[in-house]
Amino acid sequence: MTPELKGLLLVSAIKVLLVFVALLVGVLVVIWVERRGAGFMQDRLGPNRVGPLGLLQNVADGLKNLVKEEVVPARADRVIFYLAPLMSFVTALILFAVIPFGAPLPPFDVTLPLLGRVVHEGPIPLMVADLPVGFLFIIAISSVAVYGITLAGWASNSKYSLLGGLRASAQMISYELALGSSLIVVLLLAGNVMLSEIVAAQQRMVWFVFAATLAYLMLHIAAFAETNRLPFDLPEAEAELVAGYHAEYSAMKYAMFPLSEYVALITMSAFITTLFFGGWDIPFTAWDEQAAATWSLGAVLRTSMTALVFLGKTFFFVWVFVWVRWTLPRFRYDQLMFLGWKVLLPTALAYIVVMATAVLVLERWGIAQDWKYGLILFLVNVPLVAAVVFGLDRRRVLAGTQRRVPMEG
Amino acid sequence: MREVVFWGFSGVALAAALLCVTRRSAVASALWLVLTLFSLAGLFVLLDAQFIAAIQVLVYAGAIMVLFLFVIMLLNLGRAGPSDMRGWLGRGVAALLGVGLAVELWVLVRIVRGGGFAAETAAYPLPPGELARVQQAEGAVGMLAEPLFRQYLVPFEITSVLLLAAIVGAVVLAKRKI
Repeated sequence: MTPELKGLLLVSAIKVLLVFVALLVGVLVVIWVERRGAGFMQDRLGPNRVGPLGLLQNVADGLKNLVKEEVVPARADRVIFYLAPLMSFVTALILFAVIPFGAPLPPFDVTLPLLGRVVHEGPIPLMVADLPVGFLFIIAISSVAVYGITLAGWASNSKYSLLGGLRASAQMISYELALGSSLIVVLLLAGNVMLSEIVAAQQRMVWFVFAATLAYLMLHIAAFAETNRLPFDLPEAEAELVAGYHAEYSAMKYAMFPLSEYVALITMSAFITTLFFGGWDIPFTAWDEQAAATWSLGAVLRTSMTALVFLGKTFFFVWVFVWVRWTLPRFRYDQLMFLGWKVLLPTALAYIVVMATAVLVLERWGIAQDWKYGLILFLVNVPLVAAVVFGLDRRRVLAGTQRRVPMEG
Repeated sequence: MREVVFWGFSGVALAAALLCVTRRSAVASALWLVLTLFSLAGLFVLLDAQFIAAIQVLVYAGAIMVLFLFVIMLLNLGRAGPSDMRGWLGRGVAALLGVGLAVELWVLVRIVRGGGFAAETAAYPLPPGELARVQQAEGAVGMLAEPLFRQYLVPFEITSVLLLAAIVGAVVLAKRKI
């Protein structure tokens, strides 16, 4: 093996391991945050018996799921019944591979005791794979994530599960359209689908949440549907479908579903961070953007600071998911479909036309892609967002909270 | 290395395609077809066509096959009965079509082996590494979008109108009262 190949394999292995472990630890933390968050929202404590602040509750639950009896329903399709949780889990895990989580590290050329000479030319990007298809990979794989849920519902041989699975596939396909079309605006602004390029474009201009506010709002709504979180958790609506697609699952096979849901939750938060909130970019400073050529304390500090900032932003969106879950009630199925097909999709299409025109006009005027460019686009966005929010609201919620009807008697 | 990956993906694609047409259960068939589509996506990546590979997974594996599964589950075709190929007539037609396909493939292989295409491929030289270089410069999407929206704009738009007509037709057929 050449030193270059060894360097590539070593770096890739370390990155894969790092992301894998970070995701699984992240899931434990997020489940804890969700349970304690639920307690906080509902004015109770949440789990607080196992370990300090209930931190070990998830470990206890994991152990319970490992040793629990597995039940396979009668006349279930055994192979697909076993395969479905794995499909959910694997697709959720590999999504994170294309997300950059820190500033690139400088190249190295060292001789290690067991491996010999190891070389990595060019800066080391802090992502598992900087694919040329970038976020298309994320949409493609998350569209495959439907299989796990749908097949779990079908293979269980139960009508509740089947209904949950069917709902899941219809819901996820519907919201993929809104998700994909809001990403087109990001492509218009960044000119590339590679996530590293999108982060670089946001460092040049402003964060895309300002330059494409409406796209961010639509993506975030679609993200709730794609991860099957409240207010769109129709596939597992407890009140009507028992538990939907995973009603017949038990023990570790059941645990795979919530596990993959939380991994997808973290990945979606990281995805939103990368696309609209600058990724690992530290705002108002430029020192994090110059790539270091050699190893120094500054280079390491730069990378760890940006990684921490990325972690912080991602965690904020995880908290938003938890926050919304314990705030909003579940949508009815026809409301879900109405929102997806008749509100989000036409809005996204119209928005693409408006933004494409704006980008074309700015290009004709010869305005450079810096923060002024982003500011002009933000001014274009403000009336659009206002129109959509008021159009969706129709004076029900925003104005409605002011109009309390006095109680009888 | 590249060849090993190529043969791996092709082998999986062929085996999954064979399993797709021989399984009794419609759900199993659909899943094997998904595996074939994934292997084809892998082959596209080997040809430096990452965008096509992503779209292959996104559109075919992620959307169309999910709709197939959706229909199979709605109509409850999951646990199929005996094969559709019954009686001497069905078997005869199947055999005839199979022989015809085999002959076509044989003729194609003979033309390629005989150098029929060699002159034509020589007319469009693509130096090795050229695709990767263009992709580096224009991005995976730009590389495809430039010719599609400049050179071939009219055929592209006509195709989209054709698809639109198909959608409108499906809606008209499915809905009694519009």
